[in-house]
Amino acid sequence: MIYEPSMMAVAIFFLFVGITLGLSFFLGKKAKSSQGYFAAHGQIPWFVNGVAFAGDYLSAASFLGICGMIAFYGYDGFLYSIGYLAGWIVALFVVAEPMKRLGKFTFADALNSKFDSTGIKVAAGISTLAVSVFYLIPQMVGAGVLVQPLLGLPHWAGVVIVGTVVIMIVVTAGMVSTTWVQFLKGSLLVIFSAVLTVMIVQRGFEVDKPSADGHQFRTVGPLGENPNFPDDLPEDLKASYASLLVIDDTTSFPQTTNAETGETITWTPRIDEAGNTFLDEAQTVTETADGKKIIDGLPFGDGEGENSLHPIGRVSKLPDGQEKTGPLGPLEFFSTMQESEVVLWGNRKITNDNGSVTTVYYQKPTPGSQVLRPGEHPKFQGIRGDNFIDKLNFLSLMLALFCGTASLPHILIRYYTVKDEAAARKSTIVGIGCIGFFYVLTLYLGLGAMTSGSMDVTNSNMAAPLLALSMSELLFAIISAIAFTTVLGTVSGLILASAGAVAHDLVGSFSSTELTDHEQVRIAKIASVVVGAIAIALGILFKELNVSYLVGWAFSVAASANLPALVMLLFWKSTTKQGIIAAIIVGMTSSLAWILLSADTFAKVYGLPAEDAIVPFSQPGIVTIPLGFVTLVVVSLMTQNGGNN
Amino acid sequence: MKSNTSRIGMVLFTFYLLLYGGFVFLNTFSPETMEATPWMGVNVAILYGFGLIIAAFVLALIYGVLSRSAEGEK
Repeated sequence: MIYEPSMMAVAIFFLFVGITLGLSFFLGKKAKSSQGYFAAHGQIPWFVNGVAFAGDYLSAASFLGICGMIAFYGYDGFLYSIGYLAGWIVALFVVAEPMKRLGKFTFADALNSKFDSTGIKVAAGISTLAVSVFYLIPQMVGAGVLVQPLLGLPHWAGVVIVGTVVIMIVVTAGMVSTTWVQFLKGSLLVIFSAVLTVMIVQRGFEVDKPSADGHQFRTVGPLGENPNFPDDLPEDLKASYASLLVIDDTTSFPQTTNAETGETITWTPRIDEAGNTFLDEAQTVTETADGKKIIDGLPFGDGEGENSLHPIGRVSKLPDGQEKTGPLGPLEFFSTMQESEVVLWGNRKITNDNGSVTTVYYQKPTPGSQVLRPGEHPKFQGIRGDNFIDKLNFLSLMLALFCGTASLPHILIRYYTVKDEAAARKSTIVGIGCIGFFYVLTLYLGLGAMTSGSMDVTNSNMAAPLLALSMSELLFAIISAIAFTTVLGTVSGLILASAGAVAHDLVGSFSSTELTDHEQVRIAKIASVVVGAIAIALGILFKELNVSYLVGWAFSVAASANLPALVMLLFWKSTTKQGIIAAIIVGMTSSLAWILLSADTFAKVYGLPAEDAIVPFSQPGIVTIPLGFVTLVVVSLMTQNGGNN
Repeated sequence: MKSNTSRIGMVLFTFYLLLYGGFVFLNTFSPETMEATPWMGVNVAILYGFGLIIAAFVLALIYGVLSRSAEGEK
């Protein structure tokens, strides 16, 4: 697809960034002390802090990743929504009040409150840094993805813009401005998602609605059993028949060329329940060895003789042969889809003899009942099979999501911005309300995008903004700007958490003299710039990686490294400082190592065969979280006489 | 006050853990159950999923009210 940068989108975008920076400079004057820089003087009202939780938490992965996953595969993306929200129950009932009671600026403070140990500070500081950087990668990648259609800039430019703006926010004002940015963004995100949802159910469904560019995908047939190509092609296709795209020994797709335009259409055969073969119009992208992009036989572009992919997403059948539903109720929306048929898209990659790679995107008419059930996404298909390892992988992910939230450093530091435990509790409840409401909306947004006729078949991350574009350009501009501010907000929270860890936990531990307030803030600002620069570099390096999957891993590392130490400190009197240090180090390194040795990393990062992976499944949580607990108990029992109790 | 609110918290936490655990195990070991449409033509996957989100908020509110009264007594 070609994204036309819209003037309105650019204007609204700069307005958002301008307001954010203005707010930051204005509030920055108030935060000179370390107490102000790291914890906003503990003066943030609980309601504002609660909405800011939503701002911190509803990252690019939540907003773009989940909507995109639902739009392309159906219900499975919603499993992330459920897991992400459930994690807040751990935060509220287990972590919130003790965190506020025990700590001052950072997560390490709370862990160290009983022991005053340099080791704990250093270990917790390193794990904060590791988790933050891991979590930063998908946010930066998301920024790059967003900026392409919005401003018409390349991926790296998006990453650099986000990185620079965030560094400016964090360096100027710290936690006060970060909180207000998050509050603003959290409220706007929830409000406009609700507006979009109302528009989706009001629009309802329509059978075979043309795509946003007016294109209507064709299906020809039935052709009878076992057709041969080109002999058994219908007459109109036979006339323009060009060639056969050979996929493997048993599969090949006929291609036809339009004599006037030179456009080559690939047709993918599909057999229906009655055994008849139909041919569906597909779309192809060929990347030549020298980096040129060819769309359906023509060079990529929007000029004369050039071509771009058509937007996708439609309903192909409605219940009782209806053509159009009109406005639907919130539950009727699902019950109607349950009885309908939706065209999803699959893809196959073929390496050609001349070194070019062709990806065929083909239509996959799918019953609504399948779209709305779990286990359709490749990552989740395991739950429908008999392989226990695949099921274990799913359990592991759901466990990591449940345990990870309450271990994320940028969420934990938000407990220090309110005045007492009651305020910490109340702001968590507000957070759960906002975040839960938003996650309910994600299912409508995703399914609305799925049937909007405006999706980019190559990029699921763009589903939410493109859905908005199918409603109105203004809404697109606002949603894109909010999504971008989402990235800004989450990234600034993460950088601030890392900077706090460096200045307060790491440098503070190694410096021979006590650091003054002013020095701590200065070190934190320098650390922000360094971490920001690292994040920019990683965001550019990892641009191919799947955003929401990376976030799942960040949750695993956070839960494995931080949760055992935090929970056992609160609930087991015999916990020793050695136990805590060992649990953090073992949890962090084992989960990181597991990820680096998993099939997904082998295939997507190293480009090695997935079968060569060393660990049996990709999600570490179900092994490494218990491992953290066991390590803590064993080491604590061994060091009972260590003199620290 | 501390022990009171944390006891309430633990009870509510256990309740939610069972609810979430039930959802995850149903998905893993009996995915066909999630396809049934018991109410209003909406399937179990969506009803249970929405239920989990609403339950989280309701439990959070209950906790907020109970811990306020627990603190008020002190």
